[in-house]
Amino acid sequence: MTTISERAKDLVKVDKRDGKLALAHVYVAFIALAIGGLCGLLQTLVRSGTFTLPWGIGYYQLLTIHGVLLGLILTTYFIFGFQIAAVSRTAGTLTDKQRLYGWIGFWIMTIGTTASSIMILINEASVLYTFYAPLQAHWIFYAGLALVIVGSWIGGAGLISKYVEWRKANPGQPSPLLTFMVVVNLSMWIICSLGVAVEVLFQLLPWSLGWVDKVDVLLSRTLFWYFGHPLVYFWLLPAYMVWYAVIPKIIGGKIFSDSLARLSFILFLLFSIPVGFHHQLTEPGISSFWKFLQVVLTLMVVIPSLLTAFSLFATFEIRGRALGGKGVFGWFKQLPWGDARFVAPFIGMVAFIPAGAGGIINASHQMNQLIHNTIWVTGHFHLTVATTVVLTFFGAAYWLIPHLTGRVLTKQMNRLAIIQAIVWAVGMSIMSGAMHIVGLSGAPRRSDFSTYGGSTQAAEWIPYQVAQAIGGTILFIGIVLIIYIVVNLLWFAPKGETEFPVAEVSEHAEKTPMVLENWKIWLTICIALILFAYTVPVIEIIQNAPPGSKGYKLW
Amino acid sequence: MHIHKYEKWWLTFGIGSLVLFLVVVGFSAFHYGSHPPSAKVYVDPERVDEIAPFNNPGVHKVEGKDWDYEVVFVASAFYYNPPEIEIPLGSTVKFIATTKDVVHGFQAAGTNINMILEPGYVSEYVTTVDKAGEYLILCNEYCGVGHSSMMSMLKVVE
Repeated sequence: MTTISERAKDLVKVDKRDGKLALAHVYVAFIALAIGGLCGLLQTLVRSGTFTLPWGIGYYQLLTIHGVLLGLILTTYFIFGFQIAAVSRTAGTLTDKQRLYGWIGFWIMTIGTTASSIMILINEASVLYTFYAPLQAHWIFYAGLALVIVGSWIGGAGLISKYVEWRKANPGQPSPLLTFMVVVNLSMWIICSLGVAVEVLFQLLPWSLGWVDKVDVLLSRTLFWYFGHPLVYFWLLPAYMVWYAVIPKIIGGKIFSDSLARLSFILFLLFSIPVGFHHQLTEPGISSFWKFLQVVLTLMVVIPSLLTAFSLFATFEIRGRALGGKGVFGWFKQLPWGDARFVAPFIGMVAFIPAGAGGIINASHQMNQLIHNTIWVTGHFHLTVATTVVLTFFGAAYWLIPHLTGRVLTKQMNRLAIIQAIVWAVGMSIMSGAMHIVGLSGAPRRSDFSTYGGSTQAAEWIPYQVAQAIGGTILFIGIVLIIYIVVNLLWFAPKGETEFPVAEVSEHAEKTPMVLENWKIWLTICIALILFAYTVPVIEIIQNAPPGSKGYKLW
Repeated sequence: MHIHKYEKWWLTFGIGSLVLFLVVVGFSAFHYGSHPPSAKVYVDPERVDEIAPFNNPGVHKVEGKDWDYEVVFVASAFYYNPPEIEIPLGSTVKFIATTKDVVHGFQAAGTNINMILEPGYVSEYVTTVDKAGEYLILCNEYCGVGHSSMMSMLKVVE
């Protein structure tokens, strides 16, 4: 039963001026998707051995564009667009000052993105999106990346300021769930991106400008991965926001438990950052004890993941049964399988089951050695970020964009969106499946087509590379479809009102304990864990450092 | 905070599995010494060719150590020295490798031999080669335009 006051809440619209800011981010995100997706298609074709890049474009140049545009730009911009809209919708319209922060952040990030992209396009920065030293890109590439990070801090500060304002105006009350989640994600982002900011500003920029000759390679990689793993949770948490706080509304249900949702976000904040060594397990210069310790901390994320899985399926089952679903699995049929806003994220959730299992293998101290830097890893994150996260973002775009543009998702577009999700699932199963299998036998990631001098092992990999190209081609069809839908929602769909769905908490759930919003406690634990996991090994890395490395441009 | 009964079971089972898993990984690491390659040995990256053992890359039989052979590799864009090695089946081998320029990978495809080589650092890994055959050693960390042609061959012979 919907009361009048609940109905009124459903109609709350994101303020037009905030909407414009959110949309600006969404535009950049989908431009990045179109270009980055095309690069991905070309890469899979090259690796199948049947295609050569025209006009002297380098494979690694293409790979750098693909990684930067999809891994860093599509994600960050969509997330900021979504988060701005979510805060404005749930905590109230931004003040002029907060919105100004948003615009300054947007333009600084966009100038940075453009500068870095130009350097990649003129082949001055084919260093991939991890930009490992001592491969040395043009300094403008690093400066551009620094601007993206600084811009994100400024934009983030605007949203955090809204949260602080809301808490002051509503003492003793838990903040709106979505706003709280945005603040957790931004806190994590700011704490982790300090690492990459230090790497870029104090190591790579002075070195690429020629102010210093040498760089400490292991320190730079350690700073990068201090940032690099929470980065993936920064992508994932907005998907979790949609799952926890939006999907229940779309299916007509309620949030299972507000407290458990907040608790799982806090656990992600605590266990996302002190874990970077699990990306460096096969590296010299770091004691195996500290690697193991970070492996243990890494696997703690299993707990909030299990909490999330339980909450979501509880919501689904309760709703399915309320609609008359009988028996153990009867409720499953009652879910809205004709609604793209549900189907696309749901496929994303399903993909997260094998993706999570693969992640446990990757992070497991010894097992990592079998798959480290093989294309298995590429297969892994094409399930996590490129399926779970991206399909959830697509599902969110189907209500977010029309909500902001004052249009509606038509029946035909909804059907096309469901087809898009299925095409994506099929393409990704083929591509990522092939990557996982062939990775187990040692096929490397981030490599141009090669027969390795007629090696029999390498010859066995080629059929899988052809499968990757087939999967990649299907995925590209998926990209064409999503771009078509997004363009429709931006400029051509019929005018009308679209709801920004925000779920209510179940009446059976208990009151949210305020301790979950006590930032002093959580930030202290967060920083204590980081210091615990990193202080000793970083001191060792610095004290034992061998002579540094000069820069190389080997592309 | 209220937690549903089924959720308690679910979390107990989940966290229990996690603990068991970590105990297995930890036992294997600290009791059997099964750690990923984590050597703390250092070398001047610009003088690699002059410094032992890298002044003499190749397979060396050793006595009185926990391993039978030491295999020394020097990586540089886009080569491994030596380009091919032969090791008798069943021997225990210590792989010792470093790079003269950028970061390279060192992986014998289809085995657990998989290390990152960083300038200034020596990577080491001890293992027993217990399956005859030819294993492609390749670079699995992007190092530049010739990355995918960077290879060597490990031959395990009876």
